[in-house]
Amino acid sequence: MAIRVLLVDDEEDFTEVLSERMMTRGLEVDTVDNGTDGIEMIKKKWYDAIVLDLAMPGMDGIETLREMLKENPDLQVILLTGRATIQKSVEAVKEGAVEFLEKPVDIETLISMITEAQKKKASLFEKRMEESVAGVMKKKGW
Amino acid sequence: MNQNQTESKSDALISGVSPMRYRRLWRFSIIITLSVSLIPLMILAIVNYHQDQKAFHAENRYTVSQILTNTKRNLESVIKERRSALTLIVSEQSFDELCSEARLTSTLRNLKKSFGGFVDLGLINSQGNQLNYVGPYNLEGKNYKDQEWFHEVCLRGVYVSDVFMGYRNFPHFVIAVKNEKEGVADFVLRATLDMQLLNQEIHSLNLDRYSDAFLINRNNVLQTPSLHYGNVLDTADIEVPPQVRNREVIEESTESGERITFGYAHINEAPVIVIATKRLQNPFRYWLSHRSSLLWFLVISVILIVIFVFYRATWMVNRLRTSDMKRAKALHNIEYTSKMATIGRMAASVAHEINNPLAIINEKAGLLKDIAGFAPDFPIKDKTLNLADSILNSVDRCKKVTHRLLGFGRRMETRKELIDLEHLMKEVVGFLGKEAEHRNIEVQYNIPKDVPTVENDRGQLQQIFLNLVNNAFAAVPDWGKIEISIEEYNDNTIAVTVKDNGSGISKDNLKHIFEPFYSTKGEFGTGLGLSITHDLVSKLGGKIAVDSKLGEGTSFSITLPFEKTDILG
Repeated sequence: MAIRVLLVDDEEDFTEVLSERMMTRGLEVDTVDNGTDGIEMIKKKWYDAIVLDLAMPGMDGIETLREMLKENPDLQVILLTGRATIQKSVEAVKEGAVEFLEKPVDIETLISMITEAQKKKASLFEKRMEESVAGVMKKKGW
Repeated sequence: MNQNQTESKSDALISGVSPMRYRRLWRFSIIITLSVSLIPLMILAIVNYHQDQKAFHAENRYTVSQILTNTKRNLESVIKERRSALTLIVSEQSFDELCSEARLTSTLRNLKKSFGGFVDLGLINSQGNQLNYVGPYNLEGKNYKDQEWFHEVCLRGVYVSDVFMGYRNFPHFVIAVKNEKEGVADFVLRATLDMQLLNQEIHSLNLDRYSDAFLINRNNVLQTPSLHYGNVLDTADIEVPPQVRNREVIEESTESGERITFGYAHINEAPVIVIATKRLQNPFRYWLSHRSSLLWFLVISVILIVIFVFYRATWMVNRLRTSDMKRAKALHNIEYTSKMATIGRMAASVAHEINNPLAIINEKAGLLKDIAGFAPDFPIKDKTLNLADSILNSVDRCKKVTHRLLGFGRRMETRKELIDLEHLMKEVVGFLGKEAEHRNIEVQYNIPKDVPTVENDRGQLQQIFLNLVNNAFAAVPDWGKIEISIEEYNDNTIAVTVKDNGSGISKDNLKHIFEPFYSTKGEFGTGLGLSITHDLVSKLGGKIAVDSKLGEGTSFSITLPFEKTDILG
């Protein structure tokens, strides 16, 4: 099954090309150009990883990250930004981002991070499944 | 490059004032303080001197006046006594009795015994013939009829002469009295007295070496010897004072310019004048000798005041200068810091703005490479791939530049972190990479692999390194060489050395290079770089040292403290 990624970035030129390159590498990619749409998308679909820009008009990256994790704490969010400062990266990691990357980024690096994120998410999912199965079995008196 | 220029420049930078200002201030404060403290002292000394002079003159006049009074009184009484004795003899004894030689001899003996000073006695009748004589000379039968004194004694009844030599050939004077008894023939008793009698009176005054007292007659002939005017019977070079009732004291200058106090008094009993003089000592010398304690006090006070005033003025002006310098430095520091902060913020914002389009270029070139790479062979496939790669390489280079700019911007945030000095130094030199290339400057690193990391402030270390490397670049000529070494100095110190092969710094300049506003770059330097570097290094707990040889180059060494930690631990 292909890895599913959501790209959230206001630079459409950037998301368009990046998504095309990812797709040629076998990933399934959706793109949106703002945080609000991104939050809508994660409600509807399953994503293995989210690639999120930090500086966006309207809802900015950190805020979007916070909202998304509220919606689904297991989400694997990679922040990708042209305005990388130590302060911002610390803030992002504190908020729950898994990675903090600086634009421009090497595609192979990004994909390996996404792959890592997908594995982590899968293991998290399995764990939750086991927990819920165990819960159900306990309920039923097994 | 001219040292004077740089010094005047450094002074001119302090509040925009000329260096002469401090010299003027120094001079002014010395003059004012000295005047205020010394002028009253001097006025007091002068007033004291003048008062002393007055007292000195008054004392001299008093002394002379006393000598005159005493001498006059004594001489008058001496002569009067003897005259009275003779008058008594003449009135008590008859002419016949006095004609007896034995009688006259005993009378002379008695006079000598009772009064002293008598030399001989003679009895002269009214014709002027000496009828009887007792004494050491053979003068019996001498006729005095035509002599002036005889006329005078006949006329007035008594006569006292001045001192003269006469027949006897020694200085003497004469007292003669006439018998004025009624019904008896006139006769005269004439006594000769030794001049020493007068001299003794003057000797008894015990005069000091500045004083002189003597007698003269009305023709300026000395009657007693004088210290300054000659011996007995010499003619003295003195203006004969006019007749005065009592005595008179005046001050006058001698021909040699000496001041003397001069007094005279007429003796009532004899035709002589007593004269007393007192030569003035040098008044200043007199003052010096009489007021030595005051003088010492004055001299010591003046010396102490001068020393204190000089010390105080120098101290004050130096302090003022230092505080002016500190203030100007602080102002420059603030200006410099805020300028650097602005540059940092601008650099960061430029880097951020560039990163976004750079990301797009990166992705597009990447996509181009992907498309070409996955496509089956086509005629210009290799060329396309190469072009895409070269775009990606350029993007990579741009990214490094923006990274550095961001690092530069971060400099202003102060906090401690673990720093790889080699990495930091290379980053700093990277800023000047292009210049090094253009000027063919060789930068050689001398850094061992196991250099420990240092926990310190990245931004400030970066600034220190940048200042040192910048200075080295400014110092070396084209094709020059810069050596950078980092080594463990000892267990807890690490040394960073930047060495250039430029023209070097002279010993004179070397003493001042860490002082604010000291620049050898002329118009181009603020003179603050090394001063700020020095302060920063101290702030970070390190030390900076410089070593330079003219013509060979300069090396700056910074030692920084570090704590050895086990990396694995």
